[in-house]
Amino acid sequence: MIDIPIVRWGEPYESMEKMEVVHFETGETLATMHEANAGLIRMDMRKARLAREKLREFSITELVEMVAEAADYYVDDTLPLGDGEQSPDDFCRMQSATTGLPEHMCRFNMTKNAFVMKHMHDILDALTRGLPYEILSNGYGHEDRGVMVSYQANCNAAGWVLPSNSPGVHTLWLPVIPLQIGLVLKPGPQEPWTPYRMYEAFAKAGIPREAISIYPGGTAKGPELGGAVLETCERSVIFGGTATIERYQGNPRVSAHGPGFSKIFLGDDKVDDWEKYIDLMADSVFVNSGRSCISCSGIWASRHTEEIADALAQRLGPIAPLPMGDPESGLAAFTIPGAAEAMSAQIDDGCTSDAVTEMTAKYRDGDRLITNERCDFLRPTVLHVSDCDDPMANTEYMFPFCSVVECPQDQFLAKSGYTLVGSVLTEDPALSREMLDATSVDRLNIGEVKTIQLNWLQPHEGNIIDFLFRARAFQDAPPPPH
Amino acid sequence: MSDLVTQTAESKAALDAHTVETVQWHFNPETGSPFWLERAGDLGFDPLTEVNSFEDLKKFPLFEDDWLRGGPVRRWVPKGLADKPAYVFETGGTTGIPKSRVVIDDFRIDYEMFSETLPDDAFPQGGNWLMLGPSGPRRLRLAVEHLAQCRGGISFCVDLDPRWVVKLLKKGKTQDAKDYAEHVIDQAMTILEAGHDIKCAFSTPKLLEALALRLIDNGSSIAETGITGIFCGGTEFTPQWYRFAREELLGPDVYITPTYGNTLMGLACGKPFDPADDYKITYYAPQPRAIVEVVDFDDHNQVVDYGGTGRVKLYTLTRELFIPGFLERDEGEREEPHEKYPWDGVSSVRPFHVFAKTTTVGVY
Repeated sequence: MIDIPIVRWGEPYESMEKMEVVHFETGETLATMHEANAGLIRMDMRKARLAREKLREFSITELVEMVAEAADYYVDDTLPLGDGEQSPDDFCRMQSATTGLPEHMCRFNMTKNAFVMKHMHDILDALTRGLPYEILSNGYGHEDRGVMVSYQANCNAAGWVLPSNSPGVHTLWLPVIPLQIGLVLKPGPQEPWTPYRMYEAFAKAGIPREAISIYPGGTAKGPELGGAVLETCERSVIFGGTATIERYQGNPRVSAHGPGFSKIFLGDDKVDDWEKYIDLMADSVFVNSGRSCISCSGIWASRHTEEIADALAQRLGPIAPLPMGDPESGLAAFTIPGAAEAMSAQIDDGCTSDAVTEMTAKYRDGDRLITNERCDFLRPTVLHVSDCDDPMANTEYMFPFCSVVECPQDQFLAKSGYTLVGSVLTEDPALSREMLDATSVDRLNIGEVKTIQLNWLQPHEGNIIDFLFRARAFQDAPPPPH
Repeated sequence: MSDLVTQTAESKAALDAHTVETVQWHFNPETGSPFWLERAGDLGFDPLTEVNSFEDLKKFPLFEDDWLRGGPVRRWVPKGLADKPAYVFETGGTTGIPKSRVVIDDFRIDYEMFSETLPDDAFPQGGNWLMLGPSGPRRLRLAVEHLAQCRGGISFCVDLDPRWVVKLLKKGKTQDAKDYAEHVIDQAMTILEAGHDIKCAFSTPKLLEALALRLIDNGSSIAETGITGIFCGGTEFTPQWYRFAREELLGPDVYITPTYGNTLMGLACGKPFDPADDYKITYYAPQPRAIVEVVDFDDHNQVVDYGGTGRVKLYTLTRELFIPGFLERDEGEREEPHEKYPWDGVSSVRPFHVFAKTTTVGVY
């Protein structure tokens, strides 16, 4: 069994408190994980400046190249893990075994992370709008057009309080290291695997270990450790529910990522051709087992909604759980006891409304909720909601779940609330304009783009450059007379 | 080992005798408290004749701490002590009526006994104290102040209202709670910088951590302030925190000892630090005045085997308070007697797993 220590600025640290990481299907203990205490984080963050100094021994260009090199190690190599080692297959198996995500989805997420690593230069170039790296490194410099600009790092180290349920979120912190900023990770209790594997891949590529800290802890430790990261890192990102988002709203030090409520809007000019978009809709709901904040949880249209919901239900309703190692496995398991049951009960409660009809039930052989000894599953669920004011019109669950909502086009924005990814199927200039102006929609796709099809050159829930750096005035000479 | 066996047997005999004496006092119509005298008729047995050993206390129903809420608090004062000046120590009370314990001299006796366990080199006689913990109705300040006084020192106290902190946290006002903690640490820093020659301290783990880090930020340390001995308590005092405190917060020149206690029990002492224990923390109650058992989760009259895990059960047997078995909100492992404390101990105390999800621990 592998014993995985805490990492304190590159130094392994063995805690007096450990937790067992258990395979949810077999009960096998896969690893023992050392648990941090908040004091370690508070103590270590007092040395965060050293992490940044260590990274600044390299240029951003060099670090970008190292990250690209690390992508190969991350995907292909057997890498150290605690007192043992881990092959890529081990990685997928372990990640699947604790998060409930089928192994082929874990492999897909690996590929996604590696893509981001390989294309780090393109991503930074896009997010900085072509800013020469030296300006970020030095804090100031002239752009090609001759204008002096200055960007100051807001922090020596950025903290990430990560979730367990979606290995895809790791793409978001990958730019931190090449930006010469120390990295502090508090992994989700069920998903320590990616941070540790990435840490080893980075180190093999030459990135100094002293730039990274990893503070694992079980569910009971989560609030203590997450709180310490948020308290001590001048910039940090946390993933959570709506309550977490509301708690940190307006706090410039914290970027809170929560439910996406991602949606597809069918314009009146396209909705009569809805059958043409069924693949796009089904993939947006189903891919990655509906677990991402970018997974579609709402399809909004003014008409044909019952037919759309029925077609989606026919497509998704029969899908049933398969073993995690099965390449056809499309449903992720819930490994946290009671979570699936609670969600299913909420949906049943919502379906008591006259405006709500569960469309999948008749295409499913059995109940939505499947309970096993160590895990549960929720089978895909499509609702038809005839009243856009009904609570079920705008909800999200961590499995393939979607409400098809009947709503007049001119009420889309007024009724649909926050939307992380909005895919709008229209060629109507007025609707396009309305969507472009809507601040309630974060990522906007106008055209045939699935909600899950992200272009990494675009910012996600805010631009990480704007979060980690501050544009400010800098002069090294008096201004021209005026 | 045979010495320890003998010592353990002797302490058991002393406990039996003390139990009988305490029950006789509390159920004697001339000396007992109105609360227990009133209950005596409903017990279904006669405590005066049928309690002849500690084990006989298991004839009593479990003590319910809710009985301690509200007045009149005089019902708890034994008639034999009715003319003595009394204090009220409160616990809980963030919302609703707190639990009250009426105390006359118990806190002095408890802390004098505790004082005898403290090493003089770390807690020098005559040394002044910093009391960095909850004040107000919890009255812990009184106890720590008496400890300082009985060791010839003076205690400097910082105000701290844990009920306010709990309210802030429940409202999600973490920044306000942090500001309040900063305010508390500011006061402690003022005391430490004012030339009071502080040598000893009581603190909670959270506040000690905050104080140590503030000193580190100022280029100083707990050791540099002159503090050589600290006692610190609570379920947050875990083995990992113990190690972190010794290795990183305090350094080799500051002695820290864990304690476990509450308003009902007084103070259980930590087994002296032994590297072989790997930072395992074992507590021993101040027997025979208070007794801690580790009992089966489903049968509170059944003590678990040594090394076994169970719920912490508490008994208080003083002239001022009689608690014949109360289930604490904690669990732990049963430990063998120690030569310094020849009776059962409890290690790895942590919130009872059933309550752990809903309990806010260590707010200050």
